[in-house]
Amino acid sequence: MTSPSPASKSMTMGEAGLMSVFAVSAYVCFFAGAMGHDSAFSFHALLASAASLAAAAAILNRYYERPAQLPPAQIKGRPNYNVAPIKFASVMAMFWGIAGFSVGVFIASQLAWPALNFDLPWTSFGRLRPLHTSAVIFAFGGNVLIATSFYVVQKTCRTRLAGDLAPWFVVVGYNFFILIAGTGYLLGANQSKEYAEPEWYADLWLTIVWVTYLLVFLMTLVKRKEPHIFVANWFYLAFIITIAVLHIGNNPALPVSVFGSKSYIAWGGVQDAMFQWWYGHNAVGFFLTAGFLAIMYYFIPKRAERPVYSYRLSIIHFWALIFLYIWAGPHHLHYTALPDWTQTLGMTFSIMLWMPSWGGMINGLMTLSGAWDKLRTDPVLRMLVVSVAFYGMATFEGPTMAIKVVNSLSHYTDWTVGHVHSGALGWVGFVSFGALYCLIPWLWNRQLYSLKLVNWHFWIASIGIVLYISAMWVSGILQGLMWRAYTSLGFLEYSFIESVEAMHPFYIIRAAGGAMFLIGALIMAANLWMTVNAKETDQIQDTGALQVAE
Amino acid sequence: MSLWNRHKIFEKNSIILIAGILAVIAVGGVVEITPLFYLKSTIEAVDGVRPYTPLELAGRNIYVREGCYLCHSQMIRPLRDEVERYGHYSLAAESMYDHPFQWGSKRTGPDLARVGAKYSDEWHVTHLINPRAIVPQSVMPGYPTLANTELDLTDTAAHLRTNRAVGVPYTEDQIKNAVTDLKTQLDPDSADLASFQKRYPKAAARNFDGMVGNPTELDALIAYLQMLGTLIDFKLYDEKANLR
Amino acid sequence: MTDHNDFDRISGRSTTGHEWDGIKELNTPLPRWWISTFYATILWAIGYWVVYPAWPLLSSFTTGVFHYSSRASVVNDLADLEKLRGEKMAVLGTSSLTEIETDPALLALARARGKTVFADNCAPCHGSGGAGAKGYPNLNDDDWLWGGSLDQIQQTIRFGARSGHAQAHEGQMLAFGRDGILKKDEIATVANYVRSLSALSTEANFDAAAGTRIFADNCAVCHGENAKGNQELARRI
Ligand code: HEC
Ligand code: HEC
Ligand code: HEC
Ligand code: HEM
Ligand code: HEM
Ligand SMILES: [Ca+2]
Ligand SMILES: [Ca+2]
Ligand SMILES: [Cu+2]
Repeated sequence: MTSPSPASKSMTMGEAGLMSVFAVSAYVCFFAGAMGHDSAFSFHALLASAASLAAAAAILNRYYERPAQLPPAQIKGRPNYNVAPIKFASVMAMFWGIAGFSVGVFIASQLAWPALNFDLPWTSFGRLRPLHTSAVIFAFGGNVLIATSFYVVQKTCRTRLAGDLAPWFVVVGYNFFILIAGTGYLLGANQSKEYAEPEWYADLWLTIVWVTYLLVFLMTLVKRKEPHIFVANWFYLAFIITIAVLHIGNNPALPVSVFGSKSYIAWGGVQDAMFQWWYGHNAVGFFLTAGFLAIMYYFIPKRAERPVYSYRLSIIHFWALIFLYIWAGPHHLHYTALPDWTQTLGMTFSIMLWMPSWGGMINGLMTLSGAWDKLRTDPVLRMLVVSVAFYGMATFEGPTMAIKVVNSLSHYTDWTVGHVHSGALGWVGFVSFGALYCLIPWLWNRQLYSLKLVNWHFWIASIGIVLYISAMWVSGILQGLMWRAYTSLGFLEYSFIESVEAMHPFYIIRAAGGAMFLIGALIMAANLWMTVNAKETDQIQDTGALQVAE
Repeated sequence: MSLWNRHKIFEKNSIILIAGILAVIAVGGVVEITPLFYLKSTIEAVDGVRPYTPLELAGRNIYVREGCYLCHSQMIRPLRDEVERYGHYSLAAESMYDHPFQWGSKRTGPDLARVGAKYSDEWHVTHLINPRAIVPQSVMPGYPTLANTELDLTDTAAHLRTNRAVGVPYTEDQIKNAVTDLKTQLDPDSADLASFQKRYPKAAARNFDGMVGNPTELDALIAYLQMLGTLIDFKLYDEKANLR
Repeated sequence: MTDHNDFDRISGRSTTGHEWDGIKELNTPLPRWWISTFYATILWAIGYWVVYPAWPLLSSFTTGVFHYSSRASVVNDLADLEKLRGEKMAVLGTSSLTEIETDPALLALARARGKTVFADNCAPCHGSGGAGAKGYPNLNDDDWLWGGSLDQIQQTIRFGARSGHAQAHEGQMLAFGRDGILKKDEIATVANYVRSLSALSTEANFDAAAGTRIFADNCAVCHGENAKGNQELARRI
């Protein structure tokens, strides 16, 4: 980066290059939209065309508005942190969270009252369920991960985020991917690969965005001012790079036409099954676990104002976790047509994964030693700590369900769904909420509007989670037992449809629990809204406040 | 204590850290996935499994589009209750032409791996349009629009060709006749019936949705459902040879 | 090891000497129970690999000392089930319906077996309680399309109705339209007439007298004078 005098303002290579790429893309996408073989494709191409045009205009506008020099890396010897893309991602996280929880409550209600499918294609359960899973995992979870990783990596490396336009490209491009994926399901563009449903062009776009994400993160690490890389960043880095590998491994597909949304996955049958759950399980392991552990490693010590419990535990559980996780995929394919030897590996590695997972839990919980009293007064810290407890619970339940005899009962039932949501609501949800409650005041330089409301959020959502997961345990185990029940004469006792009937009350309880979780999130959104719109304080007590130098 | 100090190398160099991560995550995937491509025992040697007819393939694409696999598995496990309820446990060979596989991970509805020929076409018509008209306790969505939506025939041959490119052994003959075959399967009185059934042994040809007029999405979906699990004759299947 | 002098005052432990944005790390040793449980799971896994199929090789895989296979084990489980059901099961297959009816043990077995088979195979059409649905007959009442004797029902189930099988039930009713007996408008008229019999809505201007006549000429032979039905030939409309 050179420093030309104010008079000689000129576009950077990045600005000029990206602007021309978007200009070309606006034109090409428009053309593709006109040629489209199906409505989903045409709609997405036109959307991409409009978005490219807007992006090109935004870059141009930004160029005219900005001073001749790019923002300096440092101001008066202090790092000049880049916060605007983080603000964007955290707002999007809150938005998608509420959208995803609402769809969750809706599909839960559909299973209780099927008339809610309305017999319309775009409101049927099969199309809305991927909308729910993508909205909560990738849109809500993903934005939380991007926002916190950009924040944490800057603070713990004491350096400004690498790249000028690149961080914007990552946050906006990622949300554009979500938009394409979600509207695609509604319009029927769906590969029916669980958690990898987006069609080929969305997959390609995500690859570009994700590699940029990796580069921004890595380059920031490279130019860090701290001699050592902080443990949270090990986890973020493992999460980003592994998700790239998994996404590329699971999604190669050949489109029927370059102007149509339909494609066929390169893998077939049993090999596709193995690729899918190598991906699917590690989406859990690296997206929902490694990434959120990174959040834990920064936000819990920060909020509790205590050192991380054990550096040595960090090392051992980090390497053991990422090595062992990769192997556990076949526990999703127990007793299927996947060969027995592969199932054995999946099961045994899942058991060995138990302690490395709990290593994270110990490091999170024990960081509180010496500060347990804070749990009484600080509901944000309480949320973070309870999330770690749920993490411990889900990672004990997981290895249990990975045992073949247990899985023969639990597989295909609501037990899996219960396990998912004790991880998803309890761990992913709560740790994200805790992080956002810290992050938003720091980013906007405000005081959190109300701790009381956080307390309400905590309790309403906790009761919701308990209702959700206990309903699913009962219904799942009941389902499993009914399917395999034999009469004393040696005949199957129940028909399938009787098990469907038996689920009805639990589906109602689950929907009620989900609604409570949603209400909690709405309270949170209101609280954060009030926070952001309050007057800026200069007496921020939190040590975590960014020094916004401009 | 020096052992702990060794870790410095990862903490002080981001490139070494990322290389280390990549090396560590590569092992499991390589060991579990590659053998499935070369070990002969992975896919059983059986007769009867053939690529989908163009109509069945179109039906399968509707199944994929609607996300039916989110409620229905297509994988009967070798457990006694499943074998009794649904039939012979599923073989890897039965889904070898499936891109993507649709084994599923949740049974909100029953397994469909062998639902073919279990019910009449009329039953499926009624059931798909309004499941509760026929099974009052059902929680399945109704799909009435399938009956009014004409099947999109623009890329019929291209679908087969794309499948061949990812490894499904469609012949040139099958690709050339894709559209005719699709229509023939809906018209048992067609003159092309014999050549169609030569290209796709055991494929049933009839008007699946029972309605006059152009092929509908309902036709295709029912054709697909009615062939599920019907290809292998398990009387001829060698149980002992395929343990693994 | 410590080349620094930084201790955490609350826990009394040394830190690693680094600090990131105010966060430090303690140098706490690995919890004993944690590391031993970790080792135990590894040992257990190794044991499991010895016993069960586990590792892929170049042309096969390690089969384990028990040569376990989930496919072989379900075959055994099914055989055990047959044993549980007892010898009577074999007798069931070869007995006639009347033999089953007269042997209480056999009848109980047949009923238990039948309940299971019905639940997953027939209930989707005839309903869980056998009460039927529109287009699918009620099996609880005494109104049989194809006869309610055991043998007649057995024939229905074995060969179906109008299934095309030689021994299947076939409807006696002629295809009046296809066979050219009635013209299109006549069919429309008589259809309206039949609907009027059940007090269903009819087309506004249909010719009731003509309907009565066409019915009397063509249908009454089977369905009876007033469409009251006739046990042998055709049902009440
Ligand atoms: C919300 C969950 C749900 C979705 C989505 C769903 N089903 Fe179902 N399905 C069920 C349930 C529950 C049953 C059992 C009750 C019944 O027969 O309706 C069932 C039964 C069936 C049956 C009868 C199976 C048998 O052996 O009795 C077929 C065939 C079927 N579904 C096909 C489909 C197809 C094709 C789709 C997608 C277009 C689909 N289903 C989507 C829940 C679902
Ligand atoms: C695909 C739907 C379907 C299934 C599955 C089915 N049925 Fe039926 N069943 C029918 C229809 C339709 C009829 C009326 C046949 C006709 O008259 O054309 C019928 C008729 C019958 C009759 C004759 C009723 C009478 O009044 O004479 C009996 C008995 C019967 N079914 C028993 C069974 C049994 C037992 C099973 C399971 C093994 C079964 N059905 C499975 C659709 C079905
Ligand atoms: C050769 C004897 C015969 C004649 C003549 C005959 N039917 Fe039928 N009809 C039957 C039989 C047998 C059935 C029931 C079995 C079946 O579905 O095939 C039946 C069934 C029906 C049914 C359906 C009843 C129900 O509840 O599902 C209607 C309506 C009907 N007939 C109307 C007519 C009319 C109108 C005519 C004169 C144009 C006529 N039939 C002439 C034998 C006859
Ligand atoms: C308001 C809160 C929520 C409700 C009511 C809800 C409801 C549901 C329902 C009804 C299903 C379908 C289950 C089935 O097919 O039987 C589902 C699936 C799923 N949800 Fe949620 N959900 C909520 C929040 C979340 C969150 C926060 C996450 C993740 C961070 C999440 C992740 C998932 C996943 C991964 C699945 C797929 C489970 C599987 O296939 O086994 N959900 N959810
Ligand atoms: C040691 C850790 C864990 C192990 C060994 C484990 C194991 C399992 C097992 C055995 C299943 C059921 C597979 C099946 O029968 O279909 C499962 C499902 C699932 N788990 Fe975990 N689990 C672990 C932790 C977690 C965590 C922390 C989450 C976080 C949210 C999570 C999310 C999920 C999801 C989303 C599914 C559903 C996959 C599907 O769609 O079928 N798991 N897990
Ligand atoms: Ca995809
Ligand atoms: Ca699932
Ligand atoms: Cu898993």
